[in-house]
Amino acid sequence: MGPETLIEEIRTRLGDAVEGVSDSFGDQVLIVRPVSLRGLMASLRGAPFDYAVLLDLTCVDFTAGEGRFEIVYHLYSLSRDVRLRIKASVRAENPVVDSLVGLWKNADWLEREVFDMFGIAFLGHPDLRRILMYDGFEGHPLRKSYPWRKEQPRLPLKD
Amino acid sequence: MSGFDFLTTRLETALGWGRKFSLFHYPFITACCGMEYMSAACAHFDIDRFGAGLTRFSPRQADLLLVVGTVSHKLAPVLKTVYDQMLEPKWVIAFGACAVSGGIYQNYAAVQGIDKIIPVDIYIPGCPPRPEMVLDGLMKLQDKIQHQKQDWRWARKP
Amino acid sequence: MESRIQKEARPDSMLVNMGPSHPAMHGTFRIMLELDGEKILNAEAEIGYLHRGFEKTCENKTYFNLLPYTDRLNYVSPQINNLGYAMTMEKMLGVRVPERAQKIRVLMSELSRVSDHLTCLAAMAMENGAFTVFLYMMKAREFLWDVIEFTSGSRMTTSYIRIGGVRADLHDGWRESVKTAVRETRGVLKDVHGLLDKNQIFLNRTRGVGAISREDALSYGWTGPCLRSTGVLYDVRKAHPYLIYDRLDFDIPLGDHGDNYDRYTVRMLEMEQSLRLIEQVAALIPDAEPLDRTAGIEPAEAVRRGRMRRPPGRILLSPNLEGSEKERYPEILTADAPVAVPPKEDTYTTMEGLISHFLFFMDGYGIRPPKGDVYFSVEGGNGEVGFYIVSDGTDRPYRLHLRAPCFHIVSALEQLIKGRLLADVIPTFGSMNMIGGELDR
Repeated sequence: MGPETLIEEIRTRLGDAVEGVSDSFGDQVLIVRPVSLRGLMASLRGAPFDYAVLLDLTCVDFTAGEGRFEIVYHLYSLSRDVRLRIKASVRAENPVVDSLVGLWKNADWLEREVFDMFGIAFLGHPDLRRILMYDGFEGHPLRKSYPWRKEQPRLPLKD
Repeated sequence: MSGFDFLTTRLETALGWGRKFSLFHYPFITACCGMEYMSAACAHFDIDRFGAGLTRFSPRQADLLLVVGTVSHKLAPVLKTVYDQMLEPKWVIAFGACAVSGGIYQNYAAVQGIDKIIPVDIYIPGCPPRPEMVLDGLMKLQDKIQHQKQDWRWARKP
Repeated sequence: MESRIQKEARPDSMLVNMGPSHPAMHGTFRIMLELDGEKILNAEAEIGYLHRGFEKTCENKTYFNLLPYTDRLNYVSPQINNLGYAMTMEKMLGVRVPERAQKIRVLMSELSRVSDHLTCLAAMAMENGAFTVFLYMMKAREFLWDVIEFTSGSRMTTSYIRIGGVRADLHDGWRESVKTAVRETRGVLKDVHGLLDKNQIFLNRTRGVGAISREDALSYGWTGPCLRSTGVLYDVRKAHPYLIYDRLDFDIPLGDHGDNYDRYTVRMLEMEQSLRLIEQVAALIPDAEPLDRTAGIEPAEAVRRGRMRRPPGRILLSPNLEGSEKERYPEILTADAPVAVPPKEDTYTTMEGLISHFLFFMDGYGIRPPKGDVYFSVEGGNGEVGFYIVSDGTDRPYRLHLRAPCFHIVSALEQLIKGRLLADVIPTFGSMNMIGGELDR
């Protein structure tokens, strides 16, 4: 099944979850609603789509112009050698989205990283805490509102 | 008290000679410079011929702290703890541009030079420094150790 | 703040911290273990000790300027990161790279890959007690780095593979140095096979230890040699061929059990395949025409004469720029779009050359890809190294994200060591090839 027919198949089967389809420099992109994200991902993981690997989970901060965070997922299907990019937007005032822990095991650490860097809360994540920055760090570094060279307040030395 | 001074100078020379040729280093390796440290420590560019080849894997047994690579703010308390665990006399070499001054990472996450946390004796710049530069830095440290003066006030009669 | 393991630990078990300053030379990684004697009941891994703000820094640098930062991600195979970034940008800009540059890129990638596997196995063997293997492999690595150094000027972090091609052509006499490197590496690999393959101590420490099933490996998002050791055939060079890999002949070694010994074997066999690739590519690259680097005018003289009219004849460049003379430019850098630094002879002597040089480097000008986002991946030493770049039409990326292969591999560490003995942590962690620059970005 070529990439175009695959996208059509996804659209027909999971139609109401998908908001839009686009092509970006040769990559297939699906734009979905955050409420139906987990259901869509669960169906994509199973047959017949068979996206067995969650390659990447990241986020882009569009709060300045458009007031939203865009969460980007990259899935890979080994049986067909096909990649798919899925984007879901959440509003900046309420950055909450469903967690994918339970579907793929690396979603655990990937979501912790997005929480640490952007402050997105993942509902259903068993242990959502910082992974790359130290605890006591204030703010979420990869947000556009966080200055690049900001100095943090000093913490007392732990013993 | 010229006789006393003659003895202490001889003793300082002997102590310096002994200390500089038997450095036990603790490699506090973090990042890319670790690869050049490995090259410098291995057979091609040997640091063992300078007497500094024996790596001690505990700071309590070492007298030279080699801070190799970038120190982030999360790692800084660990560096301080490791430094505190070393016994006197101890020396610190800042290996690589990131340890010297933060290197190319001037941002929220990297400490801009480890001399903001611990006192440093020798700075070896480079990103990463060639092993020959490491050996040159080591030889300069050996020079410094040779010429260090001890505190003889306790021995002089008041 | 208490860590998870401190909250969950039983009151009578021992908590051991294998702290961020590791004697095992992986840099900065912290494992907290809850032990009952020597048996591990629970484990927690903590990362982030080498977080250097790579992604945030890239948002504030132009596309050309951020190339040295990509070197320092997976710092044992830096050219592969360079390649991943350059190819992502080329996909976005739609430029084609000349044939010779593609072959040189393959050569550099494979040299980096061998260097990566050598370092990983050397560290793993040393931590298991085989110090000789470490010294032998470092010796082989020096020969590989010699080839890289004579061509690009630096042993490790080279910034050699640029958007549109490579920075300079291969050095004169490259065939000899490549031949020496391959011969020495083959000798070392033969020695190491003899030392470790049937070594009872090594087998006891790695056979059956840290085994992972195929489904788990896929669920964790493993790629690269660690995934291939479980038997799944996925290599980006075969699945989505880039550069000239579809024209080259190489095998993909697979393992069976997914334990430490399989990861070791897969890496050893992959090094042999990479050496085969290096020989094939070296046979494919034709010799460049020799350049006379003694006859010509000095740059300062050329600038002075160029005020009147363009001086005839060759201009001698500084020895640092050896390989990037104007005669070499059509072969090594694309002429499709102004994505590369113009040749220095033009910059010194013509007005157009000077203007294009400035337009390349000025703020607001330079490489400005169209708006949109792109993802591209290459096969790195650890697996699929992917770059996701979001561009808003200006000369700086809006967002640049690295898909780090060892992030996913290391996230499985807690599961792999639970229930095993304390000493099993070392070979398991060593065979995963954790590289801090890539893990923490």
